[in-house]
Amino acid sequence: MNIIVLVKQVPDTAEVKINRETNTLIRDGVPSIINPFDMYAIEEALRLREKHGGKVTAVTMGPPQAAEALKQAVAMGVDDAVLLSDRAFAGADTWATSYALAAGIRKIGTFDLVIAGKQAIDGDTAQVGPETADMLDIPFVAYIRKIEQVEGKKMVAERLMDEGYDVVETTLPALITVVKEINEPRLPSLKGKMKAKNLTVTAWNAKDINADDARIGLKGSPTQVVRIFPPAPRGNREMLSGSIDEQVGTVAKNLKGQSLI
Amino acid sequence: MSISINPDKCTGCETCVTACPFAAIEMRDGKAYITEACTVCGACVDACEFQAIDRTEEAAKPAVDLSAYQGVWVFAEQHKGDIASVSLELLGEGRKLADKRKAKLSAVFIGSGIRDKAAELIAHGADIVYVADDPALKDFNDDSYAAVLTTLAKQHKPEIILAGATAIGRSFFPKVASTLYTGLTADCTMLDIDAATGHLHQTRPAFGGNIMATIVTPNHRPQMATVRHKVMKPAARNGSRTGDIIDVTFKQAGTVRTRVVKTVEELTETVNICEADIIVAGGRGLGSAKNFAMLEELAKVLGGAVAATRGAVDEGWIAYSHQVGQTGKTVCPKLYIAAGISGAIQHVAGMSSADVIVAINKDPDAPIFNVATYGIVGDVNEVIPAMIKKFREIRG
Ligand SMILES: Cc1cc2nc3c(=O)[nH]c(=O)nc-3n(C[C@H](O)[C@H](O)[C@H](O)COP(=O)(O)OP(=O)(O)OC[C@H]3O[C@@H](n4cnc5c(N)ncnc54)[C@H](O)[C@@H]3O)c2cc1C
Ligand SMILES: Nc1ncnc2c1ncn2[C@@H]1O[C@H](COP(=O)(O)O)[C@@H](O)[C@H]1O
Repeated sequence: MNIIVLVKQVPDTAEVKINRETNTLIRDGVPSIINPFDMYAIEEALRLREKHGGKVTAVTMGPPQAAEALKQAVAMGVDDAVLLSDRAFAGADTWATSYALAAGIRKIGTFDLVIAGKQAIDGDTAQVGPETADMLDIPFVAYIRKIEQVEGKKMVAERLMDEGYDVVETTLPALITVVKEINEPRLPSLKGKMKAKNLTVTAWNAKDINADDARIGLKGSPTQVVRIFPPAPRGNREMLSGSIDEQVGTVAKNLKGQSLI
Repeated sequence: MSISINPDKCTGCETCVTACPFAAIEMRDGKAYITEACTVCGACVDACEFQAIDRTEEAAKPAVDLSAYQGVWVFAEQHKGDIASVSLELLGEGRKLADKRKAKLSAVFIGSGIRDKAAELIAHGADIVYVADDPALKDFNDDSYAAVLTTLAKQHKPEIILAGATAIGRSFFPKVASTLYTGLTADCTMLDIDAATGHLHQTRPAFGGNIMATIVTPNHRPQMATVRHKVMKPAARNGSRTGDIIDVTFKQAGTVRTRVVKTVEELTETVNICEADIIVAGGRGLGSAKNFAMLEELAKVLGGAVAATRGAVDEGWIAYSHQVGQTGKTVCPKLYIAAGISGAIQHVAGMSSADVIVAINKDPDAPIFNVATYGIVGDVNEVIPAMIKKFREIRG
């Protein structure tokens, strides 16, 4: 089974804080990590390879330093890594990102499955998976929490929905996105770390993947960010005092006053 | 559009480096330098005290004739014929947007055996309802839902298409946007329209809720967005409103690639936490599955739903479908009671837009108190039973 995993390098948002005086993000010392959902994608790809044989290739579109994320994937056990990097990709929204990823995947060649994370924690859009699938003209199934069966050109998997889950059957090749429930990502192995250290990541630019200049980067992006601002601070907070019964009484009175209970 | 630094004005103060949300500015030879991570958001332009940064707006030419696109559309989601509450909220919001543009509001209604519910969408504000009612559309399927909406959009050219930021909306809207080569903004919490140009200003949280971003689709149409539950207000139902119900036929194009084998409902109660007005949420501080069950009782007294942190889910006290936060669901209830929850940023990202938050924690320095409207410092084992008793008294 040939599997492609889409991996994005993101700032660890847990570490991103707002400077309330300047209303800007404090990014000093914020580490870059592999998007947590993509860790599940990598793990699932490795498990499928262990079961069915084949090869796992990790792909990322990003600045040169995103190669670091690919090396981490290789340390976990991924066979091959491709970095799509070009100044012309800069400023891409989800459409232009998906366009570049689809072009990169086509150049890699034949594959049975593409796995992406449900969403990236910097933008939380959850769009690159389905848009890439559309551009590759392959079926898309979101929020996979369990792969039940892969047989020939068919896969059966559980898709997490708002009210429960669906069991979905899809033809392959397909693109799926995975949620946290699906597995527990492994730690990098010693052997993997050695391999990653000596690896020169394959890097392709826009020309290498035959990308249309008008469809990549900022120029190819239908959306534009026009403003960034801090969220409105929450209203006043009140720390209650007194006995538990008194505190609960105060809350009850206030909630009743606001017709909440 | 591009960002450029005027080296003569740049003093090397590095303010822009910290202001950049995308870490796209570096110092080179003592001057700011824009790297390829730049998304041209303009945060640095506002931050620079020396007017050393310019954003040039080349008059990008529209990819399509913008004036050919008219009207506001809402994807009306249904589950077994029940219209999702978020769709009614979007009809309320869509009505306002359409009125500002003096245009029509349409709903796109997809499913099987649903036609008799279409009038309900008119009662909630739609002028036109496109109904695709076909046994092949019974289960949600990305391919077929996207095919219906894409075909209709190509035919009628709406200016705006909205959907709820639900599992379904967020799954198939990207496919439609990809095919139509247009912009899609996920998970919006605020929409505003420029009445003259029709540009939709779509505001959404990013970076785990640390910042808000406003996004536009200036040169492509339709403008597409998914919108969170509970942030828009539904219009009051008006049974005497009239409108057109237009049947559209669904034709399966090519072979069926995916199909739903079965659907399993998994929530322990019938309330979907995304739709609940009152949520009682528990964390690891509950200490045990047995204590966690107290929350169910409290939720029952209040007529609310039970949610949890990842900590509690990892302990196995409740199913993952109840998890709130960055890797769970985003909720926006009127009242959120957080019991034994520390308030980690990943949890808060999913609940900080609740109207009123009551936090219960035995640690007075727990970060959850920073977002709380009312903070109770105490042991959940005492506070929750006291609440159950008190609220039961009040509700009779
Ligand atoms: C990439 C990533 C994604 C994540 N996504 C999510 C997510 O979607 N949702 C989520 O919730 N978390 C998420 N987390 C985990 C998050 O960082 C926290 O670990 C988690 O929210 C903590 O859960 P908790 O508050 O239940 O537990 P804890 O942090 O252990 O807090 C328990 C709290 O209970 C209090 N307490 C203990 N005993 C009592 C008592 N008897 N009475 C009253 N108070 C008591 C303690 O003082 C403490 O504050 C994510 C983490 C990562 C790294
Ligand atoms: N630049 C990128 N390079 C590789 N994969 C990406 C990139 N951006 C997004 N993805 C993949 O798409 C998923 C969803 O991302 P997003 O749509 O940005 O929320 C991520 O979990 C990744 O698997």
